[in-house]
Amino acid sequence: MSSTLTVPQAQAALDAWTREMIAWHFSPATGCDYWLSWAQQAGWNPLKEVTCFADLMRFDHFDDEVLRKEQPERFVPKAYANRPYNIFETGGTTGMPKQRVGWDDYKVDYEEFSDHYGPDFFPKGTNWLMVGPTGPRRLRLAIEHLANYRGGSCYFVDLDPRWVKRLIAMGEGAMARKYQEHVIDQAATIIRHRNIQCIFTTPRLLENLAERMSLVQAGIKAVFAGGTTMTPQYVRFVVEEVLEGKINFAPTYGNTLMGLAISRKLKPEDKYSLTYYAPQPRATLRIVHPDRPNELMPYGEYGRVELTTMTREFFVPRFLERDEAIRRPPCDEFPWDGVGDVRPFQSLTKTIIEGVY
Amino acid sequence: MSETLHLPVLRFGRPYESLDRLRFNVDGQAIEVSLANSGLIRRDLKLIPEAVRRLQAIPSAKLADAMEKAADLFLTGNLPWGLGDRLQSPDDYVAVLSQLTGMPLSLGRLNMGKVHAAMANIRAVMGGLTRGMSFDLFDKGFIRQDGLDVNFFPQTDSLGVLLPSNSPGVNSLWLPALVMKIPVVLKPGREDPITPYRLVQAMIAAGFPAEAFGFYPTSHDGGDALLFGTGRAIAFGSDATVRKYAPYRHIQVHGSGRSKVLFGDDFADDWRKHLGVVVQSIASNGGRSCINASAVLISRHGAELADALAKELAAIVPRARTDPQAVLCGFANPAVARGINERIDELLQTPGAEDVTARYRQGPRMIEAHGQTFLQPTLIACSDPTHPLANTEYMFPFASVLQVPQAEMIGTIGESLVVSAITHDRDWTIDLMTSTNIERLNIGPYPTNRVQWEQPHEGNLFEFLYRRRALQGDLVAAG
Repeated sequence: MSSTLTVPQAQAALDAWTREMIAWHFSPATGCDYWLSWAQQAGWNPLKEVTCFADLMRFDHFDDEVLRKEQPERFVPKAYANRPYNIFETGGTTGMPKQRVGWDDYKVDYEEFSDHYGPDFFPKGTNWLMVGPTGPRRLRLAIEHLANYRGGSCYFVDLDPRWVKRLIAMGEGAMARKYQEHVIDQAATIIRHRNIQCIFTTPRLLENLAERMSLVQAGIKAVFAGGTTMTPQYVRFVVEEVLEGKINFAPTYGNTLMGLAISRKLKPEDKYSLTYYAPQPRATLRIVHPDRPNELMPYGEYGRVELTTMTREFFVPRFLERDEAIRRPPCDEFPWDGVGDVRPFQSLTKTIIEGVY
Repeated sequence: MSETLHLPVLRFGRPYESLDRLRFNVDGQAIEVSLANSGLIRRDLKLIPEAVRRLQAIPSAKLADAMEKAADLFLTGNLPWGLGDRLQSPDDYVAVLSQLTGMPLSLGRLNMGKVHAAMANIRAVMGGLTRGMSFDLFDKGFIRQDGLDVNFFPQTDSLGVLLPSNSPGVNSLWLPALVMKIPVVLKPGREDPITPYRLVQAMIAAGFPAEAFGFYPTSHDGGDALLFGTGRAIAFGSDATVRKYAPYRHIQVHGSGRSKVLFGDDFADDWRKHLGVVVQSIASNGGRSCINASAVLISRHGAELADALAKELAAIVPRARTDPQAVLCGFANPAVARGINERIDELLQTPGAEDVTARYRQGPRMIEAHGQTFLQPTLIACSDPTHPLANTEYMFPFASVLQVPQAEMIGTIGESLVVSAITHDRDWTIDLMTSTNIERLNIGPYPTNRVQWEQPHEGNLFEFLYRRRALQGDLVAAG
């Protein structure tokens, strides 16, 4: 289901949502301890000075280290004080992971995702298999909710990315490969013995799974994938060969802080280059100059990904992601900027352990 | 400017144009090389049984004939050059090779000749590898030799090869695998995808089935897919490559050669007569090969030898790539030259080493000339065998001279790909022959780059790919 708004309408909606969220997070009756304390020392008053999305530029870039250092309860809005919360983690290969609190955001995100694709893309009432990082991650609950929301159940095979990254950093490539095989063994077993039609997994695990079996012959109808870089060639390979041109494919870009950015439907002229659109107005992605992050990059150029998340549960202004992407214009499905061909920030100059699972 | 040339991935008989590409510009000609993603390689490895069937259908002796024909096509033929109808002449090949790798045209032609010779002499090469066994072995699985039934069986259905870019000659190593009916899965070096591509085209034109070749320009990740997805693999690279793949028995790793020339006591006083052999060992092929000497050991006259060598080496100066006299190769990536130069200067700060060539060389070690970045030949005199420059290899004419008593030489050299021991000392020769550190041994005044087709180079490919099994009983059924 595409957005029905025009570009100016979407911008107006974003500005209105920004005012509403600032009022929510910086009002003592509803805001959380962390942001209310911050406001007391900020030297400016967001309640008065933020009247539209552009005014958020008054905020410095959010430092996600605070999600490691601060107790999660400091981020609980007063309005949610009586509701137990989920704690979702990211990072944590070594040391303390980053944590965020949450209640219903993941449900909202994944219901919206589900509605976007309609009833047939992921056939309603069918079962799902998630192969990937479960544990303390938002994704695990989100995928199960998605399956349930569409009338099915979800099977799980866990992969611990923290351990894989450690194995690789220790030079234990052989062990990492064995672990990956172990994960694929389990997934293949479930697919062979249970009635599964939809899969969520990472691109790399999807490839590995398809090396074991024809996913088409196994009865898979749709795949939802996310987690690592997908170059156009990679997408083409997945579509044409891994999915044999017969399985629906929904590539996404997302993380614990943002939620889920949906990719626009690929057209021949895209030449398999993906463009993702944030779940605006709850989250907004901007492509900014890597050295001067206050400046937006021109359309068609690579820059660093900047995320702003504004829901009633969580407020993250202007967080600079560890990714870079091409700034892409609004499209028929999403009347706001998109981010194309996402890859790790400065991946052309740094060695990055990525795509290992 | 002519139309962009596109070098596709070869997927066991099917050319494939990838969306990921490496782009070069060669004298105004744009060249694109398709890059395979690792998953694509892993999927294609499922095609290998068909590749084996195609090779099995052709008698091995016919494959040897085809290799001889391919030798001529490689050297003189016009062969498919990328997608479409374009053909590559030998001159086109040498010109592009030179531009991509910095190698002078003269050395490009020399290397082309070397590879041609390895192909044209395939029967001698195979004879050397199998110690004279009939080609029937690869058709029937066994032969009768000296009254005994001898059965060898393949240990793999494919050979993965991670090729370097330093010198095209290295491609001659994988060629015999095809005559042994083992398909190859090649990852070309970044700067030289064109030599293996031309070789594959020559072999297909000569009668090898196209399905026997996988050609995958790819990333490190893709290289791993290839090395870990084939039953036997060869990887060329740095010491880091060796460390990475050494734990895996199915991968034969070739790192730095650290080849050496040793003067026995019996020849030490006559060192001057053999100076040419030493210079050739150090500087042939622009010093780019693992079989180039990187250290010279002598028990006396070390300082005089170092000085004389330095003088000879300093006379080898950078020339244009088109100059028939050119010996030195430019660096395709100037940052690499800069890194090596800085490293040598840094290590020279450790006492016990002198850059003797600095006495004779025109200009600094690293210079820009003829539109390229060069490292000029460098000879280091080391007073201590443990000096960090004493046993180091770089990709240009670089060597150290060490004065070491003959009795201590074998203990000093460490792992060495080629050792040319200039000696006729019988006892020492026996010691050298029983040393586990030497891969290839020349006895007498022979340069380290000497090739004898009957002798294996860098391990015996046949023994790597095939294993003998006890075979007894009624072989009537086997014919």
